[in-house]
Amino acid sequence: MLNAKIPAGPLNSKWEDYKGHCKLVNPANKRSLEVIVIGTGLAGASAAASLGELGYKVKAFCFQDSPRRAHSIAAQGGINAAKNYQNDGDSVYRLFYDTVKGGDYRAREANVHRLAEVSGNIIDQCVAQGVPFAREYGGLLSNRSFGGTQVQRTFYAAGQTGQQLLLGAYSALERQVALGNVKMYSRHEMLDIVKIDGKARGIIARDLITGELERHFGHAVLICSGGYGNVFYLSTNAMGSNVTAAWKATKNGAYFANPCFTQIHPTCIPVSGDHQSKLTLMSESLRNDGRIWVPKKQNDTRKASDIPEEERDYYLERRYPAFGNLVPRDVASRAAKERCDAGYGVGTSKQAVFLDFAAAIERYGNIEAGKRQLNNLPKAEIIKLGKEVVAEKYGNLFDMYAKITGENPYEQPMRIYPAVHYTMGGLWVDYELQTTVPGLYSLGEANFSDHGANRLGASALMQGLADGYFVIPYTLGNYLADEIRTKAIPVDHPAFTEAENKVKETISKLMGINGSKSVDHFHKKLGKIMWDKCGMARNEKGLKEAIEEIKALRAEFWKDVRVPGGEKEFNPELEKAGRVADFLELGELMCIDALERRESCGGHFREESQTPDGEAQRDDANFSYVAAWEYKGPGQFELHKEALEFVECKPTQRSYK
Amino acid sequence: MEHYNMNLTLKVWKQKNTNAQGGFETYSVKDISSEMSFLEMFDVLNEQLINEGKEPIAFDHDCREGICGMCSMHINGRAHGPWAGTTTCQLHMRAFKDGDTITVEPWRAGAFPVLKDLTVDRRAFDRIIEAGGYISVNTGNAQDANCLPVDKHKADLAFAAAACIGCGACVAACKNSSAMLFVSAKVSQLALLPQGDPERQTRALNMVAQMDKEGFGSCTNTGACEAECPKEISLTNIARLNREFIGAGFGSEK
Repeated sequence: MLNAKIPAGPLNSKWEDYKGHCKLVNPANKRSLEVIVIGTGLAGASAAASLGELGYKVKAFCFQDSPRRAHSIAAQGGINAAKNYQNDGDSVYRLFYDTVKGGDYRAREANVHRLAEVSGNIIDQCVAQGVPFAREYGGLLSNRSFGGTQVQRTFYAAGQTGQQLLLGAYSALERQVALGNVKMYSRHEMLDIVKIDGKARGIIARDLITGELERHFGHAVLICSGGYGNVFYLSTNAMGSNVTAAWKATKNGAYFANPCFTQIHPTCIPVSGDHQSKLTLMSESLRNDGRIWVPKKQNDTRKASDIPEEERDYYLERRYPAFGNLVPRDVASRAAKERCDAGYGVGTSKQAVFLDFAAAIERYGNIEAGKRQLNNLPKAEIIKLGKEVVAEKYGNLFDMYAKITGENPYEQPMRIYPAVHYTMGGLWVDYELQTTVPGLYSLGEANFSDHGANRLGASALMQGLADGYFVIPYTLGNYLADEIRTKAIPVDHPAFTEAENKVKETISKLMGINGSKSVDHFHKKLGKIMWDKCGMARNEKGLKEAIEEIKALRAEFWKDVRVPGGEKEFNPELEKAGRVADFLELGELMCIDALERRESCGGHFREESQTPDGEAQRDDANFSYVAAWEYKGPGQFELHKEALEFVECKPTQRSYK
Repeated sequence: MEHYNMNLTLKVWKQKNTNAQGGFETYSVKDISSEMSFLEMFDVLNEQLINEGKEPIAFDHDCREGICGMCSMHINGRAHGPWAGTTTCQLHMRAFKDGDTITVEPWRAGAFPVLKDLTVDRRAFDRIIEAGGYISVNTGNAQDANCLPVDKHKADLAFAAAACIGCGACVAACKNSSAMLFVSAKVSQLALLPQGDPERQTRALNMVAQMDKEGFGSCTNTGACEAECPKEISLTNIARLNREFIGAGFGSEK
């Protein structure tokens, strides 16, 4: 059994107690302690900035041309915080409870409670940095609702909340760069961890411009490299999002937890053809006002506007009257799939449902007319006013939809379908965010810790910033306090040489295959296997097939991939090849994990385990644990379990009806 | 919307590295769907080149949803191509028709050296932010967020300025390679908010000084930057920057 090092005592005083007793490092010693941060999204940038402010010597790495481009930038809808500014009954406990329940009782209570506790500080910090959140006319902050909750606790900046939060963290990071506390390495990719005497002591990184390999020492290494949704090829992740840093950590002894827990987001723009390179999310915030429906008749080919109200099936409102269109993502995604599989889908592919703003536009138009004391306005004028309000709330999302599809979402309902969006699984970490390798930490989406089997909307931004701003500055100090006598290890140490040689060998191998198929060819094939057999619904037979198919594909990749260009130059194909090689290993582990977990929970839906009305059926007696996998060699993994104990939130059948 | 396929001729800038001489290469691509994005069309071209044993074209891209600011192609003489308010990744092929010839170049600016083909080095923008594009507040110092009400109008203007994605299209579009729109967007965002007030003078002076040091040109109020900006950042931000800069020059006690 794994020990998560959860502090003793009542749930709501664990973190206070930890902070009061963890070891501290004095300012003079901080100056000689070096920390490596991989990734500059919300988790990485906030951690690097905060640790730099504390006086540690930080080196931050990102593969993009600037830290500001990390994929947190694309988060749309918002960030949760238990501020209770709306006076609607919110509290730290409610946010904690909603998150544990939303995660279908597969998250660690103590971590989630800490997350809820610091959520308010995040909003304070971001506002102080100048993050322009949406405000009301009185000048105070505005909130909206997200799925799986009945309060309004989501703070937002139009449909660009991630962008604004990341630019806040990025500016804090750049300030530390200017002060000399952080050294920034953009266009660098981490390709291995260096371990000395069992502890993480540095990394091997490739300068993506010159292709040169570099050695960097650190007293600790933080993996903040995001999720692994791109294993599916098509996802809402950025093209460069990858598992490489986390996977190298896994191969160096860090356990990988709950890899099969992936989130399929219900509201994305449907696939339009084989050329598709990525999928685009339409924010969950649209479900505040949009209504989701399909025709009541199968294979209905009429235009949406020709289908009368009584022939529309608002299936979420029908099935889940209590939460309606705001059920959690896993529930909404499965419900869309169920309708489409049953033949009620819309659009040319029939793999889509409608997200309709007509009612909201009219409602907002009437409200606006009332505000302006315009009586007896013709309907067309009311609709016009309503469109203006909707444009202010969601304008950038509507524009994006129009650009991608060529359709006007103000005039006709959007077509949406579920797509891979987020990965709840990740590196196993204890309460201090330390992996099973001493000195190796993981923050944000890259770790597994807070979202259980399903993440609630607007909680990813919260977790990334909580880990970086408010957790790691304490927990890392607790480790580094014992490292003050460790002098910086010169990078000519044999462990660095060995790690670099290993990386060199892999690169030469990739470059030397000179086969006949592009990297993308293999990535697309892997994605299809994963989507078909380890996607929204999984079963034993499919998963067993998938494992064999992935093994075969991996073998073919190492025989027949073609990586053009040279090693010692800017070579995007080589970068992709390394990442896909890692996905080909991770994909197998995801299927192994999904096969082993013979229950349905959250985003993991095993067809063998469902309630009579098709909801996910958990099996708490046998599966109330975190599955943490230890890498034992190619295709070989050993399962370790962390038992989950629920003291405050007693697991029940999750119901949103 | 009717979909159609098209055959295209592409003239693309190829350059091995910063110091190498570059030049245009001509390629043809067939059966491009009007539903593809511009970058997906490049994916098709690169796949074709790899299958022919040739080297693919290097270009920057990441989120492919118009927000990360990484994509950066100069298409038929326009930064990010023919659609207003659109990044290259959000430009779709229905903007073109069968038989078109499309010319694609990297951003052209002395401060953005070409790394390879269509990829340029934009670290100068990071260094401008380092010079003052922030509010000096350490983690843990913040008061309750609602202790500081902000006039909604100003908050909305600050947000509109903060929407800048740092792609560099403003520089590429400007005949002087000026970075004024980029710099003014950040200066405006922070000058409009009460949180940014204590440092507003030094911020304006230092960011402009760094901009000059990086070798960006002067602003002559042509407005090409605003016209090509994928996030439609307003030229009024430049006016505000000028006011901030002049005010700081006269008023600063430093």
